[in-house]
Amino acid sequence: MGNIVTLLFNGISEGCLIFLMASSLSVVLGLMGVVNFAHGTLFLWGGYVYAWIYNWTGNWPLSILAAVTVGFGLGILFEKIFISRVYGNMSAQIMVTLGLQIVFTELCRVFWGAQQITVARPSFLSGVSNFAGITIVHYRLFLIVVGVVVTVGGQLVLTKTRVGMIIRAGVQNSEMVDSLGINIKRYFTIVFAIAAALAGLGGALYSPLNGTLNSNMGAANQLLAFIVVVIGGMGSFIGSALGSLFLGIMVAVIGWVLPDISLVAPVLMMALVLIFKPKGLFGLAVRK
Amino acid sequence: MGEILLRTEDISIQFGALKAVNKVSISIEENKFTTILGPNGAGKTTFFNLLSGLYKPTEGKVFFRDKDITGQTPQERIKEGIGRSFQLTNVFPKLTVRENVRLAAQSAANVGFRLFKSYKSYAEVNARSDELLEQVLLHDKAPLRASELTHGEQRKLELAMVLALEPEVLLLDEPTAGMSVEEVPVMIDLLRQIKEKGTTIVLIEHKMNMVKALSDKLIIMVNGEFLCEGDPEEVSRNPEVMEAYLGGGVVNVTA
Repeated sequence: MGNIVTLLFNGISEGCLIFLMASSLSVVLGLMGVVNFAHGTLFLWGGYVYAWIYNWTGNWPLSILAAVTVGFGLGILFEKIFISRVYGNMSAQIMVTLGLQIVFTELCRVFWGAQQITVARPSFLSGVSNFAGITIVHYRLFLIVVGVVVTVGGQLVLTKTRVGMIIRAGVQNSEMVDSLGINIKRYFTIVFAIAAALAGLGGALYSPLNGTLNSNMGAANQLLAFIVVVIGGMGSFIGSALGSLFLGIMVAVIGWVLPDISLVAPVLMMALVLIFKPKGLFGLAVRK
Repeated sequence: MGEILLRTEDISIQFGALKAVNKVSISIEENKFTTILGPNGAGKTTFFNLLSGLYKPTEGKVFFRDKDITGQTPQERIKEGIGRSFQLTNVFPKLTVRENVRLAAQSAANVGFRLFKSYKSYAEVNARSDELLEQVLLHDKAPLRASELTHGEQRKLELAMVLALEPEVLLLDEPTAGMSVEEVPVMIDLLRQIKEKGTTIVLIEHKMNMVKALSDKLIIMVNGEFLCEGDPEEVSRNPEVMEAYLGGGVVNVTA
């Protein structure tokens, strides 16, 4: 019993981490129709900036802030200089974002080396509690809190604010928002930058959980985020929250029961969803 | 004759070998209700697209209040005061009815680029949205998602959205297309009210009872060309119209 609860707990916390990447990937896809293969690179940069500042200063809030800020800045740079030129052209988007992924991943290796680096958890978030046979890793509990805050906050912004309303309308039909005299392109930049900041936060929170960081982790986590986007329904914020939880728990359970297939299970899951439920498990995909 | 609001000068557009609109010069008078009539394929919707800026003409010019707007984008023309509805319904299905109108109203109110401020805080925009919903008789449906409305209600919602942009001239492409028989008279009443409030309306329509009830002036197009214009009475007596539009039959416009 205790094992099962611990497993669920770990799965949920992994899900919260994936969610930071997947939700932003999904909204960018829904609003701008951009398949962003550079998303994992933003995650990676968040991780490295965090590790670099934290190992240097030991100041945790500063390190997190730095990672988020760098993600946000790179997001503006990517959108303004590269992605804004290829709206509506899917193959060009794939080439451009893949190119960005390669270049900026290599830059990580240039700045921080190709070797794995060690990242510690801040002391106030490290530690483990045992409670009625359930093992609770404090850092994982913290990840769940962050996941809940981002989900609730994101949902409030999307449903209650003016910019949220424009984004929801834009996800449904961006040309029509344009035809109402609202310059939707201006919102594209800001949404892309916020999405990049979330990816950066994801990277910053991931590296201490993992304990180490290397330059391949961006691509690996990006794949999980893409799988969540498919499972949860493309373009749906809530769908990506549900999809992340589902995937996190599934991976944790399979890793326990059938560790041999734990690596292929998510991809297999995505293939099945694409075949049988192309609008996502919860039917939340946004029709474009 | 009233002031000319919208005017075209020898406007043409060519798609490949097809000249969809050929040297059409017309004038839309302020505060008048003008209807464009013509058989299918006469180029009416294409002509509308030239007026709203969706298409750029291959030759000729468009003027709004004597200003040449030929090079302007649709967005720029909205700001000038040209609003249009589409032949196919265009609403945001997953937004509520109120949100749909509010989106248009806040664009017109030009509330600026203030991020994350709760949209409920814009009292004027809210009041204007509610007023518009009342005008198109959808106020009791405001909290519903637009996808839950009937087709006719969606067209009314779309009309409210175009009105929210406060256009001086309203281009309406078959606003009753796909509406049920009971819904058509409501739309006629609605358009009459809009006209009485001082909005100039240009309509593309097939339903003769509607054309007759509303129009001050008819413009007849055939095969992408201007055929003739005049008040409904005049046009119905024009032998060319009888010939071209109804293949020699009687045009039953005034009867």
